[in-house]
Amino acid sequence: MALIELEQISKHYQMGSQLVKAVHNVSLTIHHNEYIAFIGASGSGKSTMMNILGCLDSPTNGHYRLNDQNVATLDESALADIRNREIGFIFQSFNLLPRATALQNVMQPLIYLGIPFNERKNLAIEALANVQLEDRSDHLPNELSGGQRQRVAIARALVTKPSILLADEPTGNLDSQTSVEIMRLFDQLHKDGQTIIMVTHEDDIASHSNRQIKMKDGNILRDSSAI
Amino acid sequence: MLFSLAESFRSALLAIKAHGFRSFLTTLGIIIGVASVIAVVSVVQGLSYSINAEFENLGTNTLTIRADTPFKEALKGKIARITLDDYQTISDNVTGIDSMTPTYQGFGRVREIKFGSQMEVSNVLGTTASYRQVNSLYIDQGRFITLDDDKKSRRVVVIGPSLIEKLNLPSQPLGQFIQIAGEWFKIVGVTVSKGELFGIDQDNIVIMPFSTIQSLIGRQTKPQITIQLSLSKNADTHQVVSTIRRLLRSNHNLSHEQIDDFKIQTPEQLKSSFTSIIDGITMVLGGIVSISLLVGGIGIMNIMLVSVTERTREIGICKAIGAKRHHILMQFLIEAVVLSLLGGLIGIALGFGLGVLASMVIPNFPPAAVPLWAILIAFGFSAGVGVVFGIIPAAKAANLKPIDALRYE
Repeated sequence: MALIELEQISKHYQMGSQLVKAVHNVSLTIHHNEYIAFIGASGSGKSTMMNILGCLDSPTNGHYRLNDQNVATLDESALADIRNREIGFIFQSFNLLPRATALQNVMQPLIYLGIPFNERKNLAIEALANVQLEDRSDHLPNELSGGQRQRVAIARALVTKPSILLADEPTGNLDSQTSVEIMRLFDQLHKDGQTIIMVTHEDDIASHSNRQIKMKDGNILRDSSAI
Repeated sequence: MLFSLAESFRSALLAIKAHGFRSFLTTLGIIIGVASVIAVVSVVQGLSYSINAEFENLGTNTLTIRADTPFKEALKGKIARITLDDYQTISDNVTGIDSMTPTYQGFGRVREIKFGSQMEVSNVLGTTASYRQVNSLYIDQGRFITLDDDKKSRRVVVIGPSLIEKLNLPSQPLGQFIQIAGEWFKIVGVTVSKGELFGIDQDNIVIMPFSTIQSLIGRQTKPQITIQLSLSKNADTHQVVSTIRRLLRSNHNLSHEQIDDFKIQTPEQLKSSFTSIIDGITMVLGGIVSISLLVGGIGIMNIMLVSVTERTREIGICKAIGAKRHHILMQFLIEAVVLSLLGGLIGIALGFGLGVLASMVIPNFPPAAVPLWAILIAFGFSAGVGVVFGIIPAAKAANLKPIDALRYE
């Protein structure tokens, strides 16, 4: 069974008098434990794809099935549940809560799952240990380096054991040395069975993936698995 | 639900702490509002307690009967009177009365007291020996007027302590003579001070035998008296009142359709009429200062809206990792409520302090008192302000689309 099935997905929006077709009639199937990179120039629609896949944005047209569930028909509350349980997000700018410590940041998604404090804390410590940051758990985001912040974000994304890890330019704000570390972590996660979908415009980052989908003008230009 | 409430509470405190000074300024409106409510209430309630205590002094089983001309009759130029006949009728026919005393109030010249070159206008009463028990009056020096004084219409007076100073009397004034309406009276007693009630000096008083004041005013003038009586321990107040009423109506030849031309007052009635005045004052003042609470609420709403805008990105992050509408709504709503409750708490303390200060600075003012209901109302009101004025910003935050919130710079 496929993890994700996209059927004729489009995302159009009005910008002034112009109709922007950010994504246009894209169909795509993604299976468990795939390691995918969306590549393409800026404005190619890869970030919009990411937002749709992550249920942050809803498509204008088309069907999106995630774990055999039709996501397009769900309401905001059910979508919040999907984002909470099925999807782990990693952003280019880390997007940690600035006033919360690393540990509190990782505990945050578990609050929405309704897990009691002690259990939440244990799960979060475990998740931080998985990214080798257990000794930084009391630090605020601005007391951490970029690589450390991204590792906190990864711990936060994985703490609810989601089906998919979505990463939007995960190394975009990091130096090359740190980027290598983060990608090594991604590779390890993939080896452990995690489905990973990322967006990048750097070829050497994309080369870590098993399947590269190149987008242009809202369409898939080339899908390496299709060759 | 309870669990997410605790979480929201925690993050609300964090957010308030993170903007310490701004939070303080935000709550200032509530602080001032609640403080002024509490200050006003505490002063007025302190006054109310002291009045109640005064009435306790009167004794709970005392009745006062006084003339009360109905408005219609007054228009015809008639004046209702309680006379000595009424006094006699009651004293002869009503059971359950422990002691009874007529009081004849001096008027005109019979209020002018002279000693040497000093002249003073005072409250001159003619009454009998039982006046002392009925009014819980105590004697500091000498004695009170006696039955014998009344029988022989002796020219003796008992004075209140204020007059010693006002008339320049020696501090031991017993045996001194003062002049009332041109006649000489010997001072035989001085009462214990009763202090002030509503700023009226209760010690500026001259008491003489009933028959003496009658002769002073003149037998021709129809006396207008007040009757005070205290009931015996087991007497039924209601029954005594209705008996007296029946007797007085028949004495005054009132027909069925005519209303009473007298009033029988119990201390309870007096007390409740004062209490209702005090309550009225409390409510009006409370209403006026509530407006400042409204202003405070708007201040909270304003800052909460700013806070939502500032934290749009954070809201987006929370939504991206699974926060639902109600999580965000609760977080901001609780933040607003906590802010205004903090304001309320500080306001209560500050207001009580102001009340205490005010009652200390104003001379002869009773100590301030804050009743529990005022604290509960202030608390409830500030929580209410938080909810009412927090709901719009909280809803604004909760309704943000995750993608828009995340993109917000």
